[in-house]
Amino acid sequence: MTIKQLSIFLENKTGRINELTKILGKHGINMQAFSMAETSDFGILRLIVDDVERAVEVLRNESFAVMLTDVVHICCPNVAGSLSEILEHLAQNDIFIEYMYAFADGDKANVIIMPNDIEKCMAELKKCTCDINTL
Amino acid sequence: MIWNPNKECMSRDEMHALQSRRLQKLVNYVYHNVPFYRNKMQEMDLSPEDIKSIDDIVKLPFTTKQDLRDNYPYGLQAAPPSEIVRVHASSGTTGNPTIVGYTRKDLAVWSEVMARCLTAYGITRNDTFSVSYGYGLFTGGLGAHYGVENLGATVIPTSTGNTEKHIRLIRDLKITGIACTPSYALYLAETLDKMGLTKDDISLRIGAFGAEPWTENMRKEIEERLGLKGYNLYGLSEIMGPGVSHECECQNGSHICEDHFYPEIINPETLEQLPYGTQGELVFTTLTKEGMPVLRYRTKDLCTLMDGVCDCGRTEVRMGRIMGRSDDMLIIRGINVFPSQVESVILECNEFEPQYMLIVDRVNNLDTLQVQVELRKDFFSADVGGMLALKKRLADKLKSVLSISADVRLMEPGSIERSQGKSKRVIDNRKL
Ligand SMILES: [Zn+2]
Repeated sequence: MTIKQLSIFLENKTGRINELTKILGKHGINMQAFSMAETSDFGILRLIVDDVERAVEVLRNESFAVMLTDVVHICCPNVAGSLSEILEHLAQNDIFIEYMYAFADGDKANVIIMPNDIEKCMAELKKCTCDINTL
Repeated sequence: MIWNPNKECMSRDEMHALQSRRLQKLVNYVYHNVPFYRNKMQEMDLSPEDIKSIDDIVKLPFTTKQDLRDNYPYGLQAAPPSEIVRVHASSGTTGNPTIVGYTRKDLAVWSEVMARCLTAYGITRNDTFSVSYGYGLFTGGLGAHYGVENLGATVIPTSTGNTEKHIRLIRDLKITGIACTPSYALYLAETLDKMGLTKDDISLRIGAFGAEPWTENMRKEIEERLGLKGYNLYGLSEIMGPGVSHECECQNGSHICEDHFYPEIINPETLEQLPYGTQGELVFTTLTKEGMPVLRYRTKDLCTLMDGVCDCGRTEVRMGRIMGRSDDMLIIRGINVFPSQVESVILECNEFEPQYMLIVDRVNNLDTLQVQVELRKDFFSADVGGMLALKKRLADKLKSVLSISADVRLMEPGSIERSQGKSKRVIDNRKL
């Protein structure tokens, strides 16, 4: 199972992320992870939230360009070398990672992965020391 | 339908004779009432008797926007103040505005030509018509208003402003016709969308659009989103206001109300009159105006003139699409760039909203052009590479049309300021 990531188009403009987080906060939507891909004039904010459908609705109402992307969310032990082991395994099986971001939470580390081949990636991850989250 | 077939379908010989008589009368009138023209003619060693037919118009002096400014406020007015019943002013972005006084007869001519335009679009006394040009000093609102009244349709003087309320009126009063700027029509379409309504909820069938240059693609977009047929309405306050020319059902150029406004095309550099079919600067002489008549007013609008009887039956000369205005023409790295060129490229791409802004600057003695466009929500992809490719495709298209490269900036939908009147599309930060 994959999870839904929100991808949001943002102009590189002061305060724009602030506006977005304010809107989500106002509607009680909690952000669990995010990362920003940026170019000289625009950025794409990648966001994992607790209530995906409501977040999409709320942001579309505020005229944001939003879309949903399937990504893989894994949880591995927060110890040195554990992520490396997983990535090594994926690489050996020709799975290319377009982007990823991670955050540690106590003795666990959460990693969001956007692979070139989701099905194959999921299958290979099952052989690794990690949990695949479905939120 | 034709409002005044006697004039609109007059034979060319009769039109020539009528224009000749009217020009002679006009030249006599301004010679004796406007010192500016008398002085100019005397300098050219020209007397009113030298004008024997409309073909002699080439002997007459030109009038420019600067002449109008220099003679602010009433220097070019020919009628005595007691005869003036209304004054309009054109928005001067720099310097003095242009003040135009109208006599009662001028207003009658104006509502006559406006009624001709509306009839050509298919408006009848059974229509309910919203005038959404600004009312006030600008000629758009009141000019269109009295045309609709003259025709006998019901006029709803909505002006610009509260757009949601306007849409409710369009829906509830079953408004069938509208006059506004094309950019305001697009704004209406967006607002309709935002209110959760579609073209099927309203009954608009005819739109008269003008007061700013627009393109075929913009027309298609407006027609599709508002569910109407859009016609060009041309005019300028120095000549009269809206109603100088209009499209007919054939939409093959705009018929000029030639018995009142005599058109010429000139080479803007040599000032020579050019033959029909050649692009140049459009020039008008107001053949019947009393308040502030003008001889050979240089509009700065670039277009061509066409003769020949139109399939609609009108014999009047037609003007082609305005290809740009020589005064909003930008010269960037020595290349002439018209915002309308950028517009037509953007309108050809589904991925962008029909909103844009050109930012011109000069960095290290090199002109730069930035084109800001809004990404349409449906075309957003979460993949940076895809977005950069989209940006590059637009940049490549612009380059092939403009011959200079532009820095494309993708903006969020709805982030470029919408205007209700003439929209501001260019910011030139160069200190020249
Ligand atoms: Zn016609």
